[in-house]
Amino acid sequence: MSAALELVCPAGTPAALDAAVAAGADTVYIGFRDATNARNFPGLNFGREEAADGISRAHAAGRRVYIAINTFPRAGDPGPWQCAVDDAAGLGADAIIVADIGLLAYAADNHPSLRRHLSVQASASNRDAIAFYERAFGVRRVVLPRVLTLREIRSLTAAIDVETEVFAFGGMCVMAEGRCQLSSYVTGHSPNIDGVCAPPSHVRYQTRDGRMVCSLGGFAMDSLGPGESAGYPTPCKGRFRVNGSTGYVFDEPATLNAARLLPQLAAAGIKALKIEGRQRGRAYVGAVVAAFRRAVDAAAHGNEGVSGDHLLAFSEAGRYTSGAYRRGWK
Amino acid sequence: MEVSSGITEAPSLVLGPLLSHWPAERRRDFYYRIADEADIDVVCVGEVVCAKRSPLFSAYLSSVLERLQHAGKAVVRSTLALVVDDRDLGGLAAVCDEPDVAIEANDMAAALLMRGRPFTLGPFVNVYNEGTLRFLASCGAIRACPPAELSQRSLGALAAAGACDIEAQVFGRIPLALSARCISARVHGLSRDRCRQVCGDDPDGMAAETLDGQPFVAVSGHVVLSAAVTARLRDLARLRFLGIRHFRLYPTGMADMVGVAAVFREVLTGRLEPAGAAHRLRRHAPEAVPSSGFTAAPTHDRPSVATPRSADRPEEGGGT
Repeated sequence: MSAALELVCPAGTPAALDAAVAAGADTVYIGFRDATNARNFPGLNFGREEAADGISRAHAAGRRVYIAINTFPRAGDPGPWQCAVDDAAGLGADAIIVADIGLLAYAADNHPSLRRHLSVQASASNRDAIAFYERAFGVRRVVLPRVLTLREIRSLTAAIDVETEVFAFGGMCVMAEGRCQLSSYVTGHSPNIDGVCAPPSHVRYQTRDGRMVCSLGGFAMDSLGPGESAGYPTPCKGRFRVNGSTGYVFDEPATLNAARLLPQLAAAGIKALKIEGRQRGRAYVGAVVAAFRRAVDAAAHGNEGVSGDHLLAFSEAGRYTSGAYRRGWK
Repeated sequence: MEVSSGITEAPSLVLGPLLSHWPAERRRDFYYRIADEADIDVVCVGEVVCAKRSPLFSAYLSSVLERLQHAGKAVVRSTLALVVDDRDLGGLAAVCDEPDVAIEANDMAAALLMRGRPFTLGPFVNVYNEGTLRFLASCGAIRACPPAELSQRSLGALAAAGACDIEAQVFGRIPLALSARCISARVHGLSRDRCRQVCGDDPDGMAAETLDGQPFVAVSGHVVLSAAVTARLRDLARLRFLGIRHFRLYPTGMADMVGVAAVFREVLTGRLEPAGAAHRLRRHAPEAVPSSGFTAAPTHDRPSVATPRSADRPEEGGGT
């Protein structure tokens, strides 16, 4: 038996926060309702009062709340991001999740006692980069980019002094996080600046010659025959033509699921597991968090635990991947 | 706020690093010719995309660096952008440990390894605002080429902050993303560990087009580049007015970079109008698209690079 991994769960709404707490989340992470977080979608995220209420409900249940302020402040306009940090401190958040160097400096200078986690969007994938953030800003935890194998995670956690958190389930970026401008190039809307990747406003579905063509910003991302299904048309999940043949050039649409790997992840020295999906509804949050609660507890008792296969209904295109955790994927 | 101070200083042309994989001898001869013939101030030499590419060129590295320096070019050693394993870190540390080396950091590990000695920031380091720029300047950064998606307004604000010099890409394919997996190996049905360096088959990147035949991106190993070879001739005057002093030209496989640099120099020094320059540029880089700004989509203050052929572009606005 070993210490259970901390289960860090998404909430895009107060209802999802309650669902996550009820399903056994140790921690819920949320964002404010503006461009300061990387899931800046209409109808999503928390106003300041909703955040205050959510934090007090979570704290009453003995759980933590982290606030993601993980986009990059616009030049000439740091106000909204600095205000988000100030408010997270004032609301009693247990940590902020930050990617931008200038904002980390602001937080460390102005709220030294507010715990700082390095967002995956900072793309810190090696011991020296992580040491930079630790020494410069007193970062206590790093969310590892989804570019590392299990073996690489194991040697990394042994070489650094900060906690590590890894993605266990959800949408899968194949590009190094925080360093992808494909959405920005195609639609003008940037994950780093606007908190938006491939916005629905730029998606079109059209029937041409009996096929359904999904396009993003005027670029066809896929073309489907009768009965074919596809994921959401993000550029990295599109089908393109290379060297005369057609395929998913970057990655197949699939959902990351590391449920089977929890014992190995724990042995690799990680501290926390992250479930992706602040844009998902409370049904997803409740089901996925409950499954991972069981899997985490089983792993802590030395059992192989839960496969998570029954969560396929929540996956993209009905497929799972273990991503970079298994070396052959790279 | 003084936003146009940079215009009084002479503009400099920076040759960005090769992002695709060329045979070592072609690489060597390319830089020899740059040394001997090109009117370029700063030359970035070094592997940014994949550590497995470096050993082949290492036999020629010192003679290339020597020839460039002898020709009066300032040489910057570009470093790896996606630093993951011990081989990546070891290679990076070896470059940073060289005495009096000027490096371009593309991962924050480099900022740590330079221990306060001066360095420059490549576009794979996320410099989006003045706070980040000031902090990195305090760590030793003396010049920054921010990610390509930054608007001209943002670049101007960064230049006005005065923390360090600002550089903007004005020619070549735009680096858009770094993939966790090697895309060239994947497309050839290989794993990264046994890639046979197939990225070398496509010295200009492997073209990926949409299913209806529209050019989309070019990929080389882990890096995704725009299919469009941009030529921001019309932006030069505006960028200079905003205080940007350094102008980055990325080499492409097809372009004659000596000729490209000459055209950009003439526009920067006012000897040639952008319209006439576009005509001249075609001789040296037939694939280049005279363009303005970054994105392929006409939004905000980021005008169009290459308008998709499809006429059914969604209306602007809404959603976000």
